[in-house]
Amino acid sequence: MDTAAPAAAAAPVVKLDDVTVIYGKNQALKNVSATFARGAVGLLGPNGAGKSTMLKTLLGFVKPDRGRMSVLDMDVAQAPLAIRARIGYMPESDAHIPGMNAVTFVAYCGQLAGLPAVDAMQRAHEVLYYVGLGEARYRNVETYSTGMKQRIKLAQALVHDPDLLFLDEPTNGMDPKGRDEMLELVRDLGHNKGVSLILSSHLLPDVEYTCDYVVVMDKGQVATQGPIDELKGPAGRVYELRIKGDLPRFLDVLAAAGMETHSTDEDVMRVFVPASVGDHRAIFKAAAQFGAQVRHLRPSVPTLEDVFAKAIGEE
Amino acid sequence: MPIHDQSYRHYAGGRALPGRSWTVIARAGIRGFIRKRTFLGLLIFALAPFIVRAVQLWISSNYPQASILAPTPETFRQFLEQQDFFVFIITVYVGAGLIANDRRANALQIYLSKPLMRTEYIAGKLAVLLTFLLLVTFVPAMLLLLLKGIFDGNFTFLKHNVFLVPAITIGSLIQVTLAAFTMLALSSLSKSARYVGILYVGITFFTTAIYGALYAITGSSRVSWISIGANVSQVVDVVFRLKPRYATPWQVSVLVIVGLVVTSMSILERRVRGVEVVT
Repeated sequence: MDTAAPAAAAAPVVKLDDVTVIYGKNQALKNVSATFARGAVGLLGPNGAGKSTMLKTLLGFVKPDRGRMSVLDMDVAQAPLAIRARIGYMPESDAHIPGMNAVTFVAYCGQLAGLPAVDAMQRAHEVLYYVGLGEARYRNVETYSTGMKQRIKLAQALVHDPDLLFLDEPTNGMDPKGRDEMLELVRDLGHNKGVSLILSSHLLPDVEYTCDYVVVMDKGQVATQGPIDELKGPAGRVYELRIKGDLPRFLDVLAAAGMETHSTDEDVMRVFVPASVGDHRAIFKAAAQFGAQVRHLRPSVPTLEDVFAKAIGEE
Repeated sequence: MPIHDQSYRHYAGGRALPGRSWTVIARAGIRGFIRKRTFLGLLIFALAPFIVRAVQLWISSNYPQASILAPTPETFRQFLEQQDFFVFIITVYVGAGLIANDRRANALQIYLSKPLMRTEYIAGKLAVLLTFLLLVTFVPAMLLLLLKGIFDGNFTFLKHNVFLVPAITIGSLIQVTLAAFTMLALSSLSKSARYVGILYVGITFFTTAIYGALYAITGSSRVSWISIGANVSQVVDVVFRLKPRYATPWQVSVLVIVGLVVTSMSILERRVRGVEVVT
């Protein structure tokens, strides 16, 4: 029985070990250690958290001041070209080769990645149809709209059939329809086409929709990382609660019973009931004993926003 | 099933080993310029002196009474000097946008995310400019040497002046290498091809003007090393075994040329990066 295949599938595609990147006096990455599992991984964090720096360091654009990195089991410092032959990079900013139409541009990128000219041209047509630019493939890239430019950046990253994609804010500047389509493409690549990807974004819904794993960055450090479901789903349930009665004292009662409470914008509370405490009946029981009237109780589904807020220490 | 589900397939074909991408860049660049009619016209115009020289060689070979037109080794030096003008024009036309346009379009991060090194990128861009420059210097000069033998019906001239082969090769290489490296370095400094072109023209004329002014004041050509063009002329004269035209030692001119090329390489090393770090 071949045990190597499952082991390879479980191996992380990217590993960072104590990586520090300093720009002048600014530490863009501080002792970052992280692993990116195979599949779709979100790199989440506010602007300036160090997401793009991490991708650029993995690409070899930026040399880390300290630490080791490996991509697809190859050391970034020792085999940058072999790594880049197997990854596709979609940069955050507008980027194209000037003076080319879309199909020539994408085929050119394929050739740069080592594909023979004929194969590169064939692949260029295919990926341009895939990203939804089939009808516009003979137009000069400089005449493209923002949304189309995002798609062509994805096409050039895909043309050589990479094993791993780095997508840096792929939905930037796109209208809602285009954004949905781009996310659909990303999700399809990660889940149906067998392409591992790292999606860098500050948009929680984008990561939540397309990825299975997340690495949360904040101020150049990894705040938390792991499967999204695990991070979102602690052993217990969250409820939205509104009562009539002495709220501060009731909160003390809930806390004494082992439940966590957080206030929201309105008079609705979010109550976390650990699995060891029980479920919503524990809240009703506490209310009955205290004499409070439950006016509103609804299960609340934890979102990645909760994970993110918790990871970076926000309420 | 959406259409796009049917259009993405994994690639199972062959891939070239890293290290050849510079040829892709060079070919694409050369093809891009050849497609431009203006540039083709310029190339053809740049070959006009070659045609005139070829006619001169034919007349001198076929009509003994026109011996005044008979070529000497200096004729080939003069030809390369005549081509200086076209080297200048083609350097500005082709070279100004080679890296500046890529910087304007943020193309460097696309290039450098592929399996190619920065040196390969620079080599590819350099190859574009060098190809066109050698096409108007080295290639026609060598062709003239060949035509001389063909028109004479023998290669006696070449046998007596065999040094012309390395002289033409080295002379034209000095001419085009300096132009190509300095222009490429300037192109990496800006996002505007127009600005780069103006800068190159300015530097070329400015250094020559400064030398002219100093020559007028001092009456000596010992400061010719200030002029980029004068340094090239001085060294190429020596390569063609001619008396150097300026009082500056030719070794100084060689040092200036080498210094400019090294400085250009250093600029390129700093400027051609996948990410611009502002600290």
